[in-house]
Amino acid sequence: MESRGTVGRVDRKILVVEDLKTHFKLPAGMVKAVDGVSFDLKQGQTLGVVGESGSGKTVLSRTIMRLTLGNNVHTSGRVSFEDRDILSLSNKEMQKIWGLEMAMVFQDPMTSLNPVVKIGRQVTEHVRKHLNVSKSEAKATALQLLKGVRIPEAEARFNAYPHQLSGGMRQRVSIAIALACGPKILFADEPTTALDVTVQHQILNLLNLQQQERHMAMILVTHDLGVVAGRTNDIAVMYAGKIVEKAPTWMLFSRVQHPYTEALLRSIPRTNQKNHTRLSAIAGRPPDLINPPQGCKFSPRCPYAQDKCREEEPTLQAAQSDEHQFACWYPVGTPENKEAFEKNLAAQLPQTLAFAEGKVVDESVIDNAVALSGGGS
Amino acid sequence: MSTTDPSVQELELTDETPAAPRKMSRQSPKPRRTAKAAKRPGKKMPITAKLALFWLSLVVFGAIYAKFDNLLGQRLPLQDPRYQGNLFGTASRTETPSTAHFLGTDVLSRDSFARLVHGGWVSLIVAMSAVTFGVVFGGLIGTFAGYVKGRTERVIMALIDVILAFPALVLLLAMVSIFQVRSLTVISLVIGLLAIPAYTRIARANTLALANREFVHAAQAIGTKRFTIMFREIFPNVLPTLLAYALVNAAAIIVIEGTLSFLGLSVQLPEPTWGNMINEGRSEIRQTILPVLWPSLALTLTVLSLNQVGDWLQGRAEVRSAAL
Repeated sequence: MESRGTVGRVDRKILVVEDLKTHFKLPAGMVKAVDGVSFDLKQGQTLGVVGESGSGKTVLSRTIMRLTLGNNVHTSGRVSFEDRDILSLSNKEMQKIWGLEMAMVFQDPMTSLNPVVKIGRQVTEHVRKHLNVSKSEAKATALQLLKGVRIPEAEARFNAYPHQLSGGMRQRVSIAIALACGPKILFADEPTTALDVTVQHQILNLLNLQQQERHMAMILVTHDLGVVAGRTNDIAVMYAGKIVEKAPTWMLFSRVQHPYTEALLRSIPRTNQKNHTRLSAIAGRPPDLINPPQGCKFSPRCPYAQDKCREEEPTLQAAQSDEHQFACWYPVGTPENKEAFEKNLAAQLPQTLAFAEGKVVDESVIDNAVALSGGGS
Repeated sequence: MSTTDPSVQELELTDETPAAPRKMSRQSPKPRRTAKAAKRPGKKMPITAKLALFWLSLVVFGAIYAKFDNLLGQRLPLQDPRYQGNLFGTASRTETPSTAHFLGTDVLSRDSFARLVHGGWVSLIVAMSAVTFGVVFGGLIGTFAGYVKGRTERVIMALIDVILAFPALVLLLAMVSIFQVRSLTVISLVIGLLAIPAYTRIARANTLALANREFVHAAQAIGTKRFTIMFREIFPNVLPTLLAYALVNAAAIIVIEGTLSFLGLSVQLPEPTWGNMINEGRSEIRQTILPVLWPSLALTLTVLSLNQVGDWLQGRAEVRSAAL
């Protein structure tokens, strides 16, 4: 995995996002769906964006791609794609980028294909428009694409309507469409959420394979840390519209710093757990984005939260290495964190108690982060 | 439990892999699928809808035949219904049905059957033109309004509401005085214009829902032009709803035309329509009800049939009436 990282380092930055904010104006107030996100992505690299529902990951990818989000959107910040300022381009200029240079695979393959158009035509039309080729050439290309995404009997499927295909097949078709013109960057917005687990695995492998073959950049948006593990170079964990922890994948898993990341990791069910082990969930609900909690937005749910967390919002800071950044006053694994946990346990803070309860059963858990933070209690 | 056929499991697993042989993945699900399709409500055509379709085809065929029978050399006794002369000798006023006149004759001694069949033509043309106007113009305007949104949408919908609020009779009288004639073309045009608003509203409502569907975003994400998205992605999805409504709407249009001709505002006499046949028969209704009965019956049956077929289609297209 590290070797892949060094190969990537040679490549130039293809996407630079600086202080990106996407706010929705509602009668009830301003919804800060994305609130100051910065990251960059090199060619041929993959970034996993992880967070629970409502953390702003989908809005983030759609903002970068400049897809319609509504009339009440206020966007600020800078998105630079190959030295072009994406946010200032006109729709007409974007049309040359969409599909050709940036493409997206959507969450639900049931709805991301036009239900009344045969899949063959959906692929060929796209190929013809962008690559300016004849009908027969386009058909040949389309067939090749469908075979490329491992659709069996591509010729027979060519004249099928979307409803005649299974969910996995449909997602393959939408991947084929997204890849048709060889984009430089692919946004995969929870591409497997609507699929069952075995198909999920196949689709993710397919995406990975295509990404490596084409040496394109990919942003994989998901709520499942298990999905990004081992498939991405970097991971950005989002909470309430902000990146709370960002690191190369291997580093994130071995040296968790942010309590939210830790909680996400703990909520992955494991096969080595005893039968009837209670699934560890994160206490509480995602914050109200119109009136977010003061201080650290995770503080109402955080088992380590102290007064300082409730008053002051932490900013991203570097951990041991510059590549690993997190935003927390009491990062997981530090003595301060352990102290905070014991203090909260003594005060019988509900989320801390819930967290501790899970930990007793979870003693043999693999991530050392948990072992480090909870060893004393 | 543990003795489950391994081939079944294997079949499910290989369903998605390229190496899956064609026959294996096709064999078992097929009969299940057809059984399901038969059970699904709204899929099978009910007997009422079949009868309705039969009646409608009779009317349509009759009207077309009556209109063009002179080209075919008059093989049926459908002589020119405007005049008294007929092939079966001289008839008297308000005759009762006989072999010479299936449905008797009207107050002006004209064959009621011939007039009834001919009268269907006007209903047919008016209904068809209104539906065509509605689906084409109403549908496109509505799709456009629903997709562009903003000020353009508000202006279009305001105009549509104005047309909707405008009294049909006044508009018709105005148009007639402009064109100086009450020809079928003018009548069709006016009624067609009046049909547009309903279709516009349906198309707009559907477009609003469709525009946020993921396949529209997906089309945008691969760089499809807005115009193309509108007409290639959204409009084909709006169309089934419009067509299902069109049949129900056609029934309403036929009634409107009937009302207009009853009032003497539709096509010029002596061109027969069901509406003016009722009106003419009215004067002698104390002697015989038949000249009024036949066109009324035809009108009722046609409207009922259109509604039946329309309902069936609407059920198939799973259209929500909330769209109205």
